[in-house]
Amino acid sequence: MDNSTKSYSNLKATLAMAKASFRSILRSPSAVVFSLAFPLIFILVFGFIGGGGIKIDVGVDKASDLTNPIFMALKNVSVIHLIEDQSEEEMNSNLSKGRLDAIINIQKNAAMPPFTVNVQYTKASLSNGNILKSVLNNILYKVNTRSGNAPPPVAELKETTVEGRTYKTIDFILPGQLGFSLLSSGVFGTAFVFLSLRLTLVIKRFFATPVKRYSIVLGEAIARIAFALLGALFIILIGHFAFGFTLIHGFVTVINMLILSAIGLIVFMGFGFTVSGIAKNESTIPPIANIITLPQFLLSGTFFSISAFPSWLQPISRALPLTYLNDGMRKIAFEGAGLMDIKHQLLILFIWGIGIYALAVKVFKWE
Amino acid sequence: MAKPIIQVNNLVKKYNDFTAVNSISFEVMQGEIFGLLGPNGAGKTTTLEIMETLREKTSGSVIINGVDLDSDPDSIKHIIGVQLQSAGYYPNLNLSELIELFSGLYGISVKPIELLEKVALVDKAKAKYKELSGGQKQRFSIATTLINQPKIIFLDEPTTGLDPQARRNLWDLIQEIRSSGTTIVITTHYMDEAEVLCDRVAFIDAGKVIGIDTPDHFIDQLVASGFERKKEVKKANLEDVFITLTGKEWRES
Repeated sequence: MDNSTKSYSNLKATLAMAKASFRSILRSPSAVVFSLAFPLIFILVFGFIGGGGIKIDVGVDKASDLTNPIFMALKNVSVIHLIEDQSEEEMNSNLSKGRLDAIINIQKNAAMPPFTVNVQYTKASLSNGNILKSVLNNILYKVNTRSGNAPPPVAELKETTVEGRTYKTIDFILPGQLGFSLLSSGVFGTAFVFLSLRLTLVIKRFFATPVKRYSIVLGEAIARIAFALLGALFIILIGHFAFGFTLIHGFVTVINMLILSAIGLIVFMGFGFTVSGIAKNESTIPPIANIITLPQFLLSGTFFSISAFPSWLQPISRALPLTYLNDGMRKIAFEGAGLMDIKHQLLILFIWGIGIYALAVKVFKWE
Repeated sequence: MAKPIIQVNNLVKKYNDFTAVNSISFEVMQGEIFGLLGPNGAGKTTTLEIMETLREKTSGSVIINGVDLDSDPDSIKHIIGVQLQSAGYYPNLNLSELIELFSGLYGISVKPIELLEKVALVDKAKAKYKELSGGQKQRFSIATTLINQPKIIFLDEPTTGLDPQARRNLWDLIQEIRSSGTTIVITTHYMDEAEVLCDRVAFIDAGKVIGIDTPDHFIDQLVASGFERKKEVKKANLEDVFITLTGKEWRES
């Protein structure tokens, strides 16, 4: 029994690393919070507040007539929210603060015309007031044309709506949250693990065993990717079943999203390796990692579409890797794109990957 | 006469201008407990880490179990066990899982419980390393050096910071390991420990070996040179009093 050099298996060592690392990640509260709890909280918040669309709050004057056809028609408009339980004083104060978008008072007249519609708008909420204005115009036009003495129409309006998928808030928010969860887990998780393994001499102790360096890195990577993909799957399923997140081709879409997640995570782990090399101790990791993650959190279309940004900001957004991950993710989930259809996004992620790993190899420290 | 299992010849290690190890030579015989003694910064740990394949040497030769360190460090890693001064372990794993990890890194399969039995830590199999007492931590560290059934183990100050009971308990463990045929190289700052444990010791100072012999012989030589202790030696010392008063049993909270 001289020794077992010949039968030594790097694969076995790598898998042992991966297993240990995976167990460790599962027991690390920060990993679970970053990858699961954070995105889920954001999805919950936006899932609930984002669903309603526009609401226009209209106070109804106590002296108003409530039995006329105009009021009935207003009641049936879904964007109009009629408030009938506030006193005049309350309504006036709310109107000036913009909590009410308008106050309406419809009077029945003894003479012609039979009704007068008094509307008070507020400068505090002009755009919603304008929507109400056009809703009222529309209603009054219909009411007026129905009466006998109205002039014959000059032009007739015909409206049709084409069938389409509704783009829900969740369809925008979930891919963004997923992308950000991958970014933070890739950067923070990787940086903390490798720095602490280095500082506590765990890696040094490993080097006294026959394990190869690549086995250590690969084992860690496998564990982190496996954990992130489980997290992503969990987020996607919650989003789909609880909030109606659109998965065009069902299972195939999920698989494509997971593959893209893995690609994104590998790129982001490059940032993590770099940070672990630059950081001197554990307290210097968060500031450095935040420099990488925060701008992307805000500028990569996590919460708002990039097209909403001012034009001078857009080129910066379009330089960030998370932008392309989010973009690709939305295309896959909502438009039903395959990986081949998002070649452009993948190419840019790939370029980022090469750049960041070139840097990581330079600054990474084993001891 | 036992044959040497470690041969170190004219070993030199320089860090820029500083010479940490300055042409050290010694041999460790198969089956012995060999002590490297000397003040802090003398070069003990550096010498140890070069033998452990963890540090590059500047010059000189190291042959372990007939294998030249320069030609095949990987096969040396298979036959040595290493305990580092103040090393930590992979976070969030319990002792069994750590042993499983190490056996994977060595490419062998080991029953964690059997190994923990050797160091009396079976009841801590599900505990995390950081939850252990100082003595338990050191015993676990020694357990991890035994995973690959090595021919040689290197222990760097294994008893530093332990109370007298834990220290004696560790001596018993180290002697047990040696009696199963494993060669042990140890560093320590406690001369009583070296006297009890080591078959031979090397004194190192400022990167040089200034003497290699058995503890007995060193002491006899010094006495023969006319050395006398300031205080008359009694038949017991204060540590004996400590052990007698507090009992030999090892305490663990």
